[in-house]
Amino acid sequence: MTMFLRRLFPHPYLTLLLFVVWMLLVNQFKIGSLLMALILAIAIPLLTAPYWPDRPRLRSLPAIVGYVLIVLYDIVKSNFIVAGIVLFKKNEDLRPAWFTVPLDLKTPEAITVLAGTITLTPGTLTADMSGDGHVLLIHCLHAPDPDSVRDEIKSRYEARLKRIFE
Amino acid sequence: MIAEILISALLVMAGIFGLVGSFGLLKLPDLMTRLHAPTKATTVGVGGVLIASMAYFLIFEGKLSWHELLITLFLLLTAPITANFIAKAHIHREMTARDLPVTGTERDWATLMPSDEPVQPVMNRVDEPPRQVSDH
Repeated sequence: MTMFLRRLFPHPYLTLLLFVVWMLLVNQFKIGSLLMALILAIAIPLLTAPYWPDRPRLRSLPAIVGYVLIVLYDIVKSNFIVAGIVLFKKNEDLRPAWFTVPLDLKTPEAITVLAGTITLTPGTLTADMSGDGHVLLIHCLHAPDPDSVRDEIKSRYEARLKRIFE
Repeated sequence: MIAEILISALLVMAGIFGLVGSFGLLKLPDLMTRLHAPTKATTVGVGGVLIASMAYFLIFEGKLSWHELLITLFLLLTAPITANFIAKAHIHREMTARDLPVTGTERDWATLMPSDEPVQPVMNRVDEPPRQVSDH
């Protein structure tokens, strides 16, 4: 029975997400759209399962909610910081810098989330990854001290992601 | 009345942030620094409009609209990917290994690697042999 369920729902979270997104897209509650949402939510994970063979195990829901809240807060903060730099800093005073972040994370999904988070948060942008997937290349808009930025990324985001994914 | 002022304030703030983002594109010196302005300063810009829209429909039309949440979700998903692709294209076309810090591992940055060397995927989660990625 569990075998059958696993076959039918290779990615339960994806199924749930597709269902919710479809209902939000329709924007009103009708039986027809409910059925459509169910069909899509079951069919799409089944059809795409060959391309995504093993799924990440998400550990704790409170940790995920906490992470999302922290990232949202940081996004708003980063908007103000970058806007301030654009408006009030002369180009000559800018200290753009490349730096690297060695990764402790192993799962591809976790690294993807980390890379996205880095791009959305204060003044940093993920540009590339090393060929073996162990290091991220980050560009910083204004970094007099790249080491502290690296430490913040590791402690603020990566440690939390490690708790969620691994 | 208060609601109207609040919604207008949100719209104006959003407009200012959008303007700052676009101004950043003009003002910043090179491509990599320019990438920072539109990926960040505009998130609050669009977010402000979306919150204003939700508040408007809730207060004046009496219904909760969910589309705005979806737009936020899609925006947060697509902004980093676009930035990443532009950065990779820039590295690929304009930069060499000497312009970038060293990786510190055996392999070079993925974008700089010659194409006859397949990029190894990280995934070795389960006890299975590492999957070989075919060369395109």
